[in-house]
Amino acid sequence: MREYFDEMAAAIQPLLRGAERYTATFRGEESDFVRFNRGAVRQAGAVTQRALTVDLIEGRRHAAGTLTLRGDAGGDRARLARLIGELREMRGELAEDPYLLYATAVHSTDRRRSAVLPDRDTAVRAIARAGEGRDLVGIYAAGSSHAGFANSFGQRNWYSAPSFNLDWSFFHDSDKAVKAAYAGTEWDALELERKVASAAEQLAVLARPSRALRPGRYRVYLTPAALYEILGVVSWGGFGLRAHRTKTTPLIKMIEEGRRLHADLQISEHTGGGIAPDFQDAGFIRPDRITLVDGGAYRECLVSPRSAAEYGVETNGASASEAPASIEVGAGAVPVDGVLRELHTGLYVSNLWYLNFSDRTACRTTGMTRFATFWVENGVIQAPAEVMRFDETIYRMLGDNLMGLTAEREVILDPATYFQRSTDSARLPGVLVDDFTLTL
Amino acid sequence: MQAARAESVDLDAVAASFRAAAPAADFCSLRLVEARDEHLAVRRGVVQPPHVTYDCGAMVTVWDGGGVGYAATSDLSSSGLRRAAEQALAWARRTAGSHVLGASGWRPQVGDGEYASPVETPWASIALADKVGLLRGEAERLHTDARIVDWEAGLWHTALDTLLVTAGGGRVRQAFQFLVPTLSATANAGAETQTRTFGGHAYCRQGGLEILRAVGFFDAAPRLAGQALELLAAPNCPSGAMDLVIAPDQMILQIHESIGHPLELDRILGDERNYAGRSFVTLDMFGTYRYGSELLNVTFDPTRSEQLASYGFDDDGQPAHREDVIGAGILLRPLGSGSSQARAGLPGVANARATSWNRPPIDRMANLNLEPGQHTFDELVRGVERGVYVETNCSWSIDDSRNKFQFGCEWGRRIENGALREVVKNPNYRGVSATFWRNLRAVGNRDTLEVLGTPWCGKGEPNQVIRVGHASPACVFSDVDVFGGDA
Repeated sequence: MREYFDEMAAAIQPLLRGAERYTATFRGEESDFVRFNRGAVRQAGAVTQRALTVDLIEGRRHAAGTLTLRGDAGGDRARLARLIGELREMRGELAEDPYLLYATAVHSTDRRRSAVLPDRDTAVRAIARAGEGRDLVGIYAAGSSHAGFANSFGQRNWYSAPSFNLDWSFFHDSDKAVKAAYAGTEWDALELERKVASAAEQLAVLARPSRALRPGRYRVYLTPAALYEILGVVSWGGFGLRAHRTKTTPLIKMIEEGRRLHADLQISEHTGGGIAPDFQDAGFIRPDRITLVDGGAYRECLVSPRSAAEYGVETNGASASEAPASIEVGAGAVPVDGVLRELHTGLYVSNLWYLNFSDRTACRTTGMTRFATFWVENGVIQAPAEVMRFDETIYRMLGDNLMGLTAEREVILDPATYFQRSTDSARLPGVLVDDFTLTL
Repeated sequence: MQAARAESVDLDAVAASFRAAAPAADFCSLRLVEARDEHLAVRRGVVQPPHVTYDCGAMVTVWDGGGVGYAATSDLSSSGLRRAAEQALAWARRTAGSHVLGASGWRPQVGDGEYASPVETPWASIALADKVGLLRGEAERLHTDARIVDWEAGLWHTALDTLLVTAGGGRVRQAFQFLVPTLSATANAGAETQTRTFGGHAYCRQGGLEILRAVGFFDAAPRLAGQALELLAAPNCPSGAMDLVIAPDQMILQIHESIGHPLELDRILGDERNYAGRSFVTLDMFGTYRYGSELLNVTFDPTRSEQLASYGFDDDGQPAHREDVIGAGILLRPLGSGSSQARAGLPGVANARATSWNRPPIDRMANLNLEPGQHTFDELVRGVERGVYVETNCSWSIDDSRNKFQFGCEWGRRIENGALREVVKNPNYRGVSATFWRNLRAVGNRDTLEVLGTPWCGKGEPNQVIRVGHASPACVFSDVDVFGGDA
């Protein structure tokens, strides 16, 4: 798709008039999606899509438009010309935009990852084998994701990443299930078998009679996947400059009252360690790392170009959402194989689900345990636990009541596929938390 | 008048070239989607960059030898459609013998018909500058005080044309116009921040710009700003078991999460267990299970023309009709489309829906409405000795079986001895779907009913976000676990 993007980008410049400038972004994918239920295929197919967004600028006036490209260069050039004509007419009806900011220094990059993806038959057969004799439900997504940027200064950025992501659950009964994932760029049948065997081992524990818990406070171990959900809801404004300046950040008590998280907590946006593109829609390049929380104290915000112009600070290449795409939490000292011993008696929570705020200004969140949650006594898993609702503030979970972080961290590749396959990822430890409040 | 469209596709011409290229298979269909989206907003007195999106593509679906496959492409040339058909056929053959639907014998039955949204004042009939001016005026009316630190007015318009054809001659053409108006005011004092919105995105409907007046868009700004300021000094919502009076713009969330999703038949059949979740409802409950009190009457109604998810046919080509889903509290019918009905052996509704051309149809709730009762709003409040009245959802969380829920609202008022008292902030409540609806004690009349919806319902693997509609009156529930925020 790189060549096609270059061809379309080259077609924009001759369409400009006078002092007009442009920025353009490209998104594309060629993906296979195979959905499974009870070990059988539910839906299977392929999606090829590519879209070009153009921001047509003259002075401080601009308007943006997105066009799904069809792949015939002549036709797409003509459609692009009509889009630019429409944007020019729209722009003529608009006032100047005081917060328009786009990159003018040229930083061209080309980041193409290689991969060894399985052929379709191999993948489907392997997943079917994993489901033999088990209730397997989930999705296999594989193929290439592409992103590009171009502007009238000659900057060109390209990102292309083939990958696969098998995101599945083995169900025992009702809501008792083990969630697992096998994602990456180098398909290894033996690695898949190991992950299947590991999930099947946990599945056996789910067959034990489950334990119903009363609302109350419990010591818990939250796996990296569970922590990812917590950071996901905090990221709804928690790390963006705009939310900070409009006082809508859920971390407002850190900003206004100096509240801190645990001193061992380091949170950063580590673009260099993730799989997301290192450029954004206005052409700014993201730094390798932005420290968000350091020693439990708030450090830096993610700053989009628009917020940078609005609030008079430098942009650090954040997207318009100002949410992390490659979040990382520093490791702690608890070895993963010692987690149950440290937990001693309490809950091992493999996944959390459907988080939201109970009180945004207090950064108090609620959500559910999901999939494999185990009751542990004296460092030994005793039984699966019924799903429970929690309600806790970030300041208790990752502050006063944080007992420790694991020494080993997991890389999580976001399986989300809204509109297009996600390129978000995370590198996170698990966390031990005391007095974690369960409410329902 | 607005600028001319940058793109307009002759969908019937594309369909003709598909029919010429359709492979020999048990069944083959083409679903074409063409959409134009336009987002306008004014925030803090500044016009945000307007964005227009043109999206057009096709999904070819092939059934062959017990397998089913799809291929989605934006290449609408004859060769592009032929390649997509070959890909879909390959997926059908690859899944033959292992496909959930393979042995069902079910195939989409695509008839012949058309549907169009009712539009009085077309989006394009008013110039961009005038629409921006309208938003600028409403945004300014939100900024009533220096403590209003963020304020925004927006419009999101979508024109969506779809054409579903089969190699065998079926043809369904539908043309939709959607409008989503938004307003928000955020007030701040120190570490206290409160936001009031115009129902979130709830005042979304099918139609043209006449919707703005119909939903009260021009009356809302000063009230919302005043309420945001009022919340800054308000006490937290009281805690305890009490009566709860829920306004329509929170009722729609309650209906959506704890009736709509648990009744989606694909969830009951297990398709969504790895992502959106399962359901506490099982197939044997239909016809006998008491879902709520006798006051609970819920309909699947794609015929209410102004509502967001009205349509003539679903994306499998099934004609859509109004159906009773819950009658006098008894569960009657799941929200399942033709293929799910065949798997479950139950009657359902026409609700196979896809986000766009690049996602296959799955069971979605579409318009799911709670039918009005007898009481005026004043009567609802007068019947409450101790309770809280809540408006506008701001937080939603529910377990994967759609049972244990917790929802939060933007604004509340304490009720004592049948009268509304002081405003309270951070009103939240939690409960269990399986018992909550049985505590439905009173249902508001038609004067309390609002026709609302959301453009943001997420579900499916691969993920899909889709428009759904909900109409509801205000309702009263007994013995609800209510609570506020941190002190």
